[in-house]
Amino acid sequence: MSTLSAHDIEVRLGGKPVVAGVAATFQSGTVTAILGPNGAGKSTLLACLAGLRKPNAGHVRLDETDVLSMHARARARRIGFIPQTPEVAWAVEARILVGLGRTPFIGSSGLSLEDAAAIDRAMEAAGVAELADRDVTTLSGGERGRVLIARALAGDPEWLLADEPLTGLDPGHQLDAGDLFRAMAHEQGRGVIVTLHDLSLAARIADRIIVMAAGKVLADGPPGEALSPEVMARAYGVRARVIEGAGGPLIEIVGRGG
Amino acid sequence: MSRRQTTIIALVALTVLLSMVSMAAGRVWVPFSDWLDRGDPRWAIIFELRLPRTILAIGVGAALGMSGAAMQGYTRNPLADPGALGVSSMAALGAVLTLYLGAGAAEPWVIAAAAMIGALIAVMLLLALSGQASSIVTFILAGVILQTMAGAGVALALSLAPNPWAVNEIINWLMGSLADRSLGEVQMALPLIAAGCVMLMFIGRGLDALTLGETGARSLGVNMTATRWILAIGVALTAGASVAVTGVIGFVGLIVPHLLRPLVGARPGGLLIPSAIGGAVLVLAADIAVRLTPAAGEVKLGVAMAVLGGPFFFALLLSLRRRIA
Repeated sequence: MSTLSAHDIEVRLGGKPVVAGVAATFQSGTVTAILGPNGAGKSTLLACLAGLRKPNAGHVRLDETDVLSMHARARARRIGFIPQTPEVAWAVEARILVGLGRTPFIGSSGLSLEDAAAIDRAMEAAGVAELADRDVTTLSGGERGRVLIARALAGDPEWLLADEPLTGLDPGHQLDAGDLFRAMAHEQGRGVIVTLHDLSLAARIADRIIVMAAGKVLADGPPGEALSPEVMARAYGVRARVIEGAGGPLIEIVGRGG
Repeated sequence: MSRRQTTIIALVALTVLLSMVSMAAGRVWVPFSDWLDRGDPRWAIIFELRLPRTILAIGVGAALGMSGAAMQGYTRNPLADPGALGVSSMAALGAVLTLYLGAGAAEPWVIAAAAMIGALIAVMLLLALSGQASSIVTFILAGVILQTMAGAGVALALSLAPNPWAVNEIINWLMGSLADRSLGEVQMALPLIAAGCVMLMFIGRGLDALTLGETGARSLGVNMTATRWILAIGVALTAGASVAVTGVIGFVGLIVPHLLRPLVGARPGGLLIPSAIGGAVLVLAADIAVRLTPAAGEVKLGVAMAVLGGPFFFALLLSLRRRIA
């Protein structure tokens, strides 16, 4: 059981506040989705939580330790991170890319048998085992997205923080990835925090939803509570309706206006 | 055995073979059977002229090949190369300034130090000018600016040179050559090149992780500040020491990693050692070719590489057009 907590995080970019005082505590074993309109500060908050950005004020603690004071390698072993627009610079095979997830564990002798086993498990779990020998630059956006999820899994992190990991995946693979995140949290006891844009998908995947707007937390709670029509109106400026669907609540956007 | 290992073994075998040819070939052919006869006047040719030349070709080739591969890995840009992006020119400017001031004639290490400082300044400027983004366009523009600055500095030194002899010396040296180098120069350059190569190999894992971009690499626990500094100093040592003893020999670091990528894989850390050996092979082969060219005087190695490398650079840029647009 571990806890990742944000204490009054503030981030300013060019004088403009992007994250304006966010406090939240995350428990392992749950899937949290962070939602909000473009520019709400979701990605910036996630980068702070991952220890990759120093907030102008406030701090992030993993259990009792400030994430910024942790040794980079030690932090990387515990917190896996998937950036929003994942870059793949070279035409390497998918298996080599997934293997990069082992970077915080690799010594001078290169990949061990243990590393190889972790890579195989991660590719199996993310459903990309059959892509192992494919050149990553020839994969479709969705396939590449799944390979990058496998890359993060390969490090076997206690926490997985992913910035829009489901963008570009088809509905089937979105569900698969969602199930994978839930299994990671509920069965393996990891903490999963993802930013998403699809409200219904978030309601289906997440145990807890945080809605952000203008750098602040607007709502925080289980999907049924956080995704109320009032919150949708304030966050996105849309009229929304919550429908009880067969697979969970569906959020229908009726139109513009609050 | 993996394809990478096979390639490395083949490259090592090629290096050994070309070293033998390099010792034997030239205006005077010395067959292997005559090498050990100390009384033979050709013994001096082999061990006092061709041995330093051969060792330097291997060392300089390895330095340029590896620093090219490391720069490409760090910048995630297949067009990065100490020669093409002005690092070698800045090193040359440093060296020219010492020649011009007359200090170089007395102390060879002064030239080397000045060349390495020039190279270090160039790498730091290059990384600063191209910023965080690994855009190919900004990177090439940064290289063009450096080349122009270094060229202007050298031109200024030439136009203000006190006598034609100095001008002649500087121009000759700028063209890049391995001819008439002594064991003293070998002793000065090799340790610096070796130290630089070790530093660059040390950041191999970081370069691998950079395949995922800078944020990706940092999330994997790679210390980017340390990686950047080690790269800058490693390139300054390898490229600077090479330029100090041979003048500017361009395109080695551009051509070699590009040719080896299909053979050993594109993983940047895995390309470092093959690129070093490949660089040695390329420079050895080019130097032998230059010696055997039937011309009144010997064609300068740097000129030959530029004649070869220019069109290669052009073709590479054409093949990358889609990525740039």
